[in-house]
Amino acid sequence: MSIETANSITASQVKDMFLYVGEKVIESKPLLTKIDSAIGDGDHGIGMSVGFTKAAENLKANEFTTVNDVFKTVGMSMISSMGGASGVIFGTMFVGGIKGLEPKTSLDLQLLASIYDKALEAIKLRGKADLGDKTMIDAFQPVVETLKVCANKNESLVEGLKQAEIAALQGVENTKDYVAKFGRAKSLGERAIGHQDAGATTVSIIIKSMKEWLEGQGNE
Amino acid sequence: MKKIINNPGHVVQEAIEGYMCAFKDSITKVENVNGIIRKDLKEKVAIVSGGGSGHEPLFLGFVGEGLADGVAIGNVFAAPTPNTVQHVAKAVNRGKGVLFVYGNYAGDVLNFDMASELLEFDDIQTKTVLVTDDVASAPAERKGDRRGIAGDVFVLKIAGAASEKGWSLDEVTRVTQKAADQTFSIGVATAPGTIPGETEPPFVLGDDEIEFGMGIHGEPGLKRTKLMSADELTDELAEKLLEESNIQPGDEVAVYVNGLGSTTLLELLIVNRRVAQLLNKKKIDIYDMDVNSYCTTQEMGGFSITLLKLDVELKELYDAPASAPYYKKTQKIREGVK
Repeated sequence: MSIETANSITASQVKDMFLYVGEKVIESKPLLTKIDSAIGDGDHGIGMSVGFTKAAENLKANEFTTVNDVFKTVGMSMISSMGGASGVIFGTMFVGGIKGLEPKTSLDLQLLASIYDKALEAIKLRGKADLGDKTMIDAFQPVVETLKVCANKNESLVEGLKQAEIAALQGVENTKDYVAKFGRAKSLGERAIGHQDAGATTVSIIIKSMKEWLEGQGNE
Repeated sequence: MKKIINNPGHVVQEAIEGYMCAFKDSITKVENVNGIIRKDLKEKVAIVSGGGSGHEPLFLGFVGEGLADGVAIGNVFAAPTPNTVQHVAKAVNRGKGVLFVYGNYAGDVLNFDMASELLEFDDIQTKTVLVTDDVASAPAERKGDRRGIAGDVFVLKIAGAASEKGWSLDEVTRVTQKAADQTFSIGVATAPGTIPGETEPPFVLGDDEIEFGMGIHGEPGLKRTKLMSADELTDELAEKLLEESNIQPGDEVAVYVNGLGSTTLLELLIVNRRVAQLLNKKKIDIYDMDVNSYCTTQEMGGFSITLLKLDVELKELYDAPASAPYYKKTQKIREGVK
């Protein structure tokens, strides 16, 4: 698919998209802190904000010709700056899917679905968590499944992300029903029920912001 | 919460700078990462600890003889990054392997494990012992799932002493794991601690409320009750602690009463007195007692009680000398005093 078609964006546009996503996640810091404080230790919003600040710094300092390098820069910025569980897990959301991927100059829905599919597997392996454990996977797995379905139907990138956002929000909603089997909320047992997971919430913010940025491009 | 800080994003870096100014004779900072190592590194298995900031004097205060050879420090209440751990481990490695000793938290495990993988490429062998002392965080049959709190101090003490003896990585790991298996803690919170730069504390407790078993990051505990007297509180905590541990009458223990930040030494000593009375009543022998605030959570109020069940081997290691900026132990000649 050529760069000019509406269904794909260049590496440089992917960079701009993730800069926008970063701004939105940083804006959500108070919300994420509040959600995490209810059942965790309250540092999730701070950590994500540190990670996306570092990612923005490294993205702005470079020009990118491949999608791979944009994802790698975002992921490695998180892994090397955030610490905490979120640093490794959200870093893997970006670097886990580009391992062994040949250099790509543009991103379409097929490629995004395939990158995030591999990233999901990498996250599960590293975090030893699965669907229903009240983690970011509860939002990210539905996102990946939706992206794959939409990619098979040859939907546009923005349409795929629209559907993925709905799936992510449903995933976040689902986490309210789960007992945490992972991380600090684990010790809460039944008391975690009714509270949404902060990591899953962040996934939904990332997907929503990707969609928003693409919609903004379409309006220009 | 009033905090004496500058930019909230700079608290860790600036605190490390201040620490280095005070203790530069005995410690060195690892370049480019928030890692601190001791200057007088020996030809032995290296002990590396670490975790989030905000718990001072843990972890940075425990770098020295008979304790940690290096520590990897994260942001406030967040695990250190894999490259921080990697660089610290490389800096202290003397070709005999590195033992990681740290509290059992998802974030720390993820980052230290990732560091272990990176260190494999550097041909540095690593082993891990997780501190799992908080009995309120999981039942006894899932001891391995428990979180690490003030018990870090005892487990690190044993690891450091074993490594100073020149033991192999396997042997140091074995005895450190034994210490971790025999360390039990329980805590109570009276007030929250706030992350520097945040306006809201991570949880709220009423003026007359306390929470049993609350984690050091405010992880919800076992139950909330009204404030009670020091003796009532200590009795209830100690009973629960003994129930959840394997400590029996006739056993010998080292005791550590840890303040969480704003609970004063005056109060902690009152608690310690009651712990001693209770253990005596239960015919549990007290080998040693320590009262301090090594593992804090900013201005969090409350305390924890830690018991390390000792055997002949652990006693010898426990008594070995240790010297770090915030922990010192001189070789003790015991006279069979109880």
